[in-house]
Amino acid sequence: MTDIITVEATDLTRIYGGREAVSHVSFSLKKGEVLGFLGPNGAGKSTTMKMLTGNLAPSTGTVKICGIDMLENPKEAKALIGFLPEQPPLYRELTVNEFLTIAARLHRVSRGHIKAAVERAKERCGLTEMGKRLIENLSKGYQQRVGIAQAIIHNPMVVILDEPTVGLDPIQIRDIRALIKELGGEHSVILSTHILPEVEMVCDHVQIIHKGQLVFNGSIDVLKQQRKGNRLLLGLGQAPAQEQLLQIPGVERIESLDNGLLRIHHTAGQSPAQRLVEASVAGQWGMYQISPDQTTLEEVFVQLTFQEAA
Amino acid sequence: MIINIARKELKSLFASPMGWVVLALLQFVFGTFFLIGMDQYFQTMSGMIRPEERLGVTQFVGQNVFSIASFVMLFAVPLLSMRLISDERRQQTLTFLFSAPLSLTDIVVGKFLGLVGFLSIVLLFMGAMLMSLGLWSEIDYGYILANILGLWLLVASFSALGIYVSSLTHQPVVAGIITFVLLFALLILDRFFAGDPSSTINYLSLMRHFEAFSRGLLDTRDLVYFFLFIVTFLTLTVRRLDADRLRG
Repeated sequence: MTDIITVEATDLTRIYGGREAVSHVSFSLKKGEVLGFLGPNGAGKSTTMKMLTGNLAPSTGTVKICGIDMLENPKEAKALIGFLPEQPPLYRELTVNEFLTIAARLHRVSRGHIKAAVERAKERCGLTEMGKRLIENLSKGYQQRVGIAQAIIHNPMVVILDEPTVGLDPIQIRDIRALIKELGGEHSVILSTHILPEVEMVCDHVQIIHKGQLVFNGSIDVLKQQRKGNRLLLGLGQAPAQEQLLQIPGVERIESLDNGLLRIHHTAGQSPAQRLVEASVAGQWGMYQISPDQTTLEEVFVQLTFQEAA
Repeated sequence: MIINIARKELKSLFASPMGWVVLALLQFVFGTFFLIGMDQYFQTMSGMIRPEERLGVTQFVGQNVFSIASFVMLFAVPLLSMRLISDERRQQTLTFLFSAPLSLTDIVVGKFLGLVGFLSIVLLFMGAMLMSLGLWSEIDYGYILANILGLWLLVASFSALGIYVSSLTHQPVVAGIITFVLLFALLILDRFFAGDPSSTINYLSLMRHFEAFSRGLLDTRDLVYFFLFIVTFLTLTVRRLDADRLRG
């Protein structure tokens, strides 16, 4: 992947009536990356996104889109962005085609390409059949798709989506996630969401924002690593004495859980799974389950946001 | 870019029945007064024998139509202008415009031109109707054009004020009512201060500046007054929208 930096936010702060809604957020995003924005309600996700798109002026700090400063050259910077706010901005009295044509025109798509751009955006968002329908009469899910179509119609360098999968049914959510992954190939995408597995599925980078501050900023792999831990869950029919288990190389500590399972803490990097299975067969312990014990992303999330509160 | 915003506004107006209904009703009202004017002209003039008592058909019918036009526009413009920004704010579609590569001036001027464009259609029909008198008699085209220009400047000023009021609130109806009250006050301002013709407040009255045009007189002072009026309120609107961006 090329190393062009598409979004660069430095020290973004936004003060609302003396309270810092977003404080000193800095990050950068490279071309082709998908960045997930996580955080509880009111954490400042939407505020940050509004600042990135020039809808809100930051109290301090700068935003640069492909090196163009949002505050100094707002027109040029905005031309490189496609934005879907929390509430999709739709003119309900227009049809999908009319609305997307206006969106294309306002985003400087050249006259000859407008038709093709509208068709392509509709196709990408699964709206081909809906072109002549009034936006007013579309279901929430389809309205959301029109919102996304509007954001990608001019093939922007950066696509910013604020909770794009809200209100969609599971199949649509899958389609939209696939679309976001596809977009990630040629554009940079920033999306915010509450749904944690979504982040894991589509994002390369994750940022967790809490009370206006960035509490985690890194690759999704780091987060995944954090959730794996060095633990195994073991279910045995006739469990031997714990000492016997502790003798198996790699096993460090054993916890008995309420549901009859054992949680084995092992040395990082050397899972004793194979040896445990062999020992179980030899000693007839009646093993019925062995699996890695993962903390859910939720726990990591709660941990990170909770630490900050404490 | 400005033109694209104006096109969008026109499209929105004509996408709903609103635009068509207003257009039809206005044309109906003006047409009726045109007919009544014609009718009265023959009745009145048949009684006038001496030449100095006679009035040209252009002025007689024109006065009838133009005086009602400025009055009707007082109601029509707030109805049309009230939605321009307040409704976008309520539907949260302003973000759409703010995120597009447009300056605030583009947005405001575009919206203004969209509305004025719509009102120009109304005036165009009205002009064509009066000019149709020329088919049967000799008429004073200058008088009609001066009146149309005056009326056009008047409704453009109404629109500028309407847009500004619309940018102040989330509720279109509130914007409509406030616009109407303000316009009404501005129109009849000179009545309140009729006793003192040199009063400055008197000079602010929109109607006073329109009157010169309705006599067929083009005065640069009036042109400048309308121009400044429009620029002032459009600037205020831009500032108001900028405050949205700054204060959130």
